[in-house]
Amino acid sequence: MSTQEDKERLELLQGTLDLLILRTLIFGPHHGQGIARAIQQTSDEELLVEHGALYPALQRLEERGWISAKWGTSSNNRKARFYSLTAAGRKQLGKETNKWKRLAAAIGRILESEGG
Amino acid sequence: MFRRKRKAGDFSAEIEAHIRLEAERLREQGLSEKDARAAARRAFGNVTRAQEQFYESGRWLWWDYLWRDLRFALRLLRKSPGFSFVAVATLAVAIGANSVVFSALNAFLLRPLNVPQSESLYGLQFGGGHRGALSYPNYVDFRDRNRSFDGLAMYQMTRVGLDTGRNPTRAWLYEVSGNYFDVLKIQPYLGRLFHSSDEHGAGSAPYIVLSYAYWHGHFQDDAGVVGHRVEVNKRPYTIIGVAPPEFRGTFLLLSPDFFVPMVSFEDENDLNRRAGRWIFETIGHLKAGVTPAQAAADLSSIGDYLQKTYAKDNGKMNVSLSRAGLYGDTFGRPIRGFVAALMLLAALILLAACANLGSLFAARAADRSREIALRLALGSSRLRILRQLFTEALVISLTGGAIGILGGSLLLRRLMVWNPFPQFPTNVPLNPDASVYAVAALLAFVSGILFGAVPVKQVLHTDPYEIVKSGSVTKAGRRITFREVLVAVQIAICALLVTSSMVAVRGLMRSLHSNFGFEPDDVILADTDLTMAGYPDNAVPAMQKRMIETMQTIPGVTAVGLANCPPLAGCGASRADIFTDATSDLSPSNVAASPMMYQISPEFFAAAGAPLLAGRGFTWHDDKNAPRVAVINETFARKIFGSQTNALGRYYKSWNGTRIQVVGIVQDGKYTSLTEEPQAAMFLPILQSPSSQSFLIVRSESDPRQLAGAIRSSVLELDAGLPVFIQTWPESMDFFLFGSRMATASLGVLGALGAILSITGIFGIAAYSVSKRLRELGIRMALGAQWKEVLGAALGRAVKLLAFGSAAGLLLGILASRVLSSIVYQATSRDPLVLTGVVLAMALLGLVATWIPAQRALSIDPAILLREE
Repeated sequence: MSTQEDKERLELLQGTLDLLILRTLIFGPHHGQGIARAIQQTSDEELLVEHGALYPALQRLEERGWISAKWGTSSNNRKARFYSLTAAGRKQLGKETNKWKRLAAAIGRILESEGG
Repeated sequence: MFRRKRKAGDFSAEIEAHIRLEAERLREQGLSEKDARAAARRAFGNVTRAQEQFYESGRWLWWDYLWRDLRFALRLLRKSPGFSFVAVATLAVAIGANSVVFSALNAFLLRPLNVPQSESLYGLQFGGGHRGALSYPNYVDFRDRNRSFDGLAMYQMTRVGLDTGRNPTRAWLYEVSGNYFDVLKIQPYLGRLFHSSDEHGAGSAPYIVLSYAYWHGHFQDDAGVVGHRVEVNKRPYTIIGVAPPEFRGTFLLLSPDFFVPMVSFEDENDLNRRAGRWIFETIGHLKAGVTPAQAAADLSSIGDYLQKTYAKDNGKMNVSLSRAGLYGDTFGRPIRGFVAALMLLAALILLAACANLGSLFAARAADRSREIALRLALGSSRLRILRQLFTEALVISLTGGAIGILGGSLLLRRLMVWNPFPQFPTNVPLNPDASVYAVAALLAFVSGILFGAVPVKQVLHTDPYEIVKSGSVTKAGRRITFREVLVAVQIAICALLVTSSMVAVRGLMRSLHSNFGFEPDDVILADTDLTMAGYPDNAVPAMQKRMIETMQTIPGVTAVGLANCPPLAGCGASRADIFTDATSDLSPSNVAASPMMYQISPEFFAAAGAPLLAGRGFTWHDDKNAPRVAVINETFARKIFGSQTNALGRYYKSWNGTRIQVVGIVQDGKYTSLTEEPQAAMFLPILQSPSSQSFLIVRSESDPRQLAGAIRSSVLELDAGLPVFIQTWPESMDFFLFGSRMATASLGVLGALGAILSITGIFGIAAYSVSKRLRELGIRMALGAQWKEVLGAALGRAVKLLAFGSAAGLLLGILASRVLSSIVYQATSRDPLVLTGVVLAMALLGLVATWIPAQRALSIDPAILLREE
């Protein structure tokens, strides 16, 4: 029983980072550092993403075909690997967003009822 | 598994780019170059960890491990070349044997005939399933009345003389029904094939379709032969086409040189005669949805009808079906049985090879128990270690398998070209196809897994703590293990095979120089058939006499005789019933004997080197006008007249009652096989009982092969259209030696396989015992043991196994040679040479097998060993 709970929590956390990455890429291609920056800035620095942890997630998303990558040059003329959302990724983002919103609302309701 | 192609370097470059971008951003915020870079790295976290994660998440790991295991395995195998060689050689032999046997199985059983939809092609068998013969009118009735086949075709094999205007040659043809090619769905390679619509009664459709091989070999692929006129047995035919290369007739054991319609070849009487059973086989495709049993019932009812309607000519015709290609069960059953037995044997060989290699592997794992224990202690998983062992096993098995397949297909190619009897062109496509390769690869893989699995238990039960602490502990085993029993059995079988093959070889050698009742050396047989050259019966004797006279003029020739079919020449000698002189009622129950019958010319005995014991031979005056005479052999004399002396001048009666006087007695000989008991034979003057089949027996002073050209050209000078086949007498006796040669060869091959297996078996046991007792042996040596004692301790068990197994095998071999003597002439094990040979061979085998372990036991340096452990 307890191991199952552990597993679910773990997936939830992983899923969160994946969701944030997909969401960030909706505005156009980004390289890894750009994604990390964007998440930090958009969350008003509330979320601190360890940059190194980003890459396994990117790797995973790429393997699943939700994002694609190719090398290009950044705005300040540096070589970087740019990630962009694929059609499948866009669909996945919709699903994940929906799921997350329902989850957040449900957790929110539980927490509120306990608080009240 | 193969999807991601991203390289680790690419990933590193991305991380590097990330840190550079982050550092730049921080510098823009006012940090110094150095601080910015440090901060960027800090924000990234652990770079190595990210890279490790990338590495492990990828499927690289799998390949990487495999590659590493592979390199490690190759390194280990290179380090012990003896082991590697033995293991690879054993598997190569076992898998090679399996792939050769499987090809035979494939050729005979899985894809019997190379024709479209061969799976629905069946042959008819009549009466209890053993004879395929029909007369032509009966065939026509079966063809037209049955409702089960998409057409029924038939064929009959005949040997003929073919004259293409240049060299008259003998050739094999299939006389076939007009619908033959259409029933078999064969398309011409060149020109056209004949059809039912070409047939208009006896003598019509004089068309020839050449086989591809004959066209290729005798007409040099000349497309212009279509429309060419040739003569078959002196009758005119037109070549109308060439059959495709993959079609080689419908009987696997004999592929024809060409095909003609039967109506064009047989005369009207034969085509109309309902009695007799002379058509070789009737075949056809079953209609869709008809089962063989239904078809057999349908045909049997036609058989009943024919029996009722033509009771005088037809016996009972019970029809059953069999797969086409091997002439029903007559050849099919023994061949299928033989091939199945071979396959079983080959599988057993492979299994024994796996068992032996397994024990070799266990020995190796025992050797490496310290290394394995260390690796376990350092945190390697047992799975990783097992994987390494399996990789090693698979490297060996796949290498062995590859070599085995290669050797096997080379052997098969040789077998395909090999034609033991030049007179009988066979038709067995043994060439390995994809399924043969697939089976061999599968076998290699499975055997790798099998023998790789033997040390698994050993590894799983390794206790690193115990072994690292005290070295490998051996409980000295006194009980006999299953492995040892297995090896002893293998040795016994090997000794049995070695004994039998030596017995067979000795018998064969003896039978080449035994007394045949005639002297085949220095004799050439020139086989001519005057019927093939179109001679009418009354012209035959004159021509035969002229041929003999011409041969006598060739320089170097010492004697020339002629016979319808000399003994042991493979031409189908005949017998005839005879009666005693006192018998007046010539009914079958009064037959006194059925001796072999030879129709011979004067001087036959001189040319054949058959010594006359009493009386005289024949002269040209023993003709139709002279009293009937005969020369008989010793057995005949004893059987009919009681003794030789009694027989001379006495009379007996021939099958038709003619009185025949015995004028000479000749030594007994071998007539139909080398292993036969003495049998009665009579020799009749060819002028009194004529035969158009004529073998010239030409004896010369020197190597007879030099005369072959002269003999051929003098025959052709007499008649340029006479086909002649020239062979030395010993060559034509090959036919009779074939059985014993094959038996000897297969025993030899099996003996060699057995020897290889025994070597690996003994090697495995010896190697295992040496590596298990290394420490003990070291201590013994340190305490002053001599090399003899060390060897005794190390190899005693293996040697005992060898001695015990060999003795058992030798005994069995002596018993088995009685069976062998029915195949190989004069095979006997009561032969000191055989006995010493076997003992020597087994000793040699033991020496080879224990050489490496013995070397190892003797090279133990107690100082190093004891310090290490």
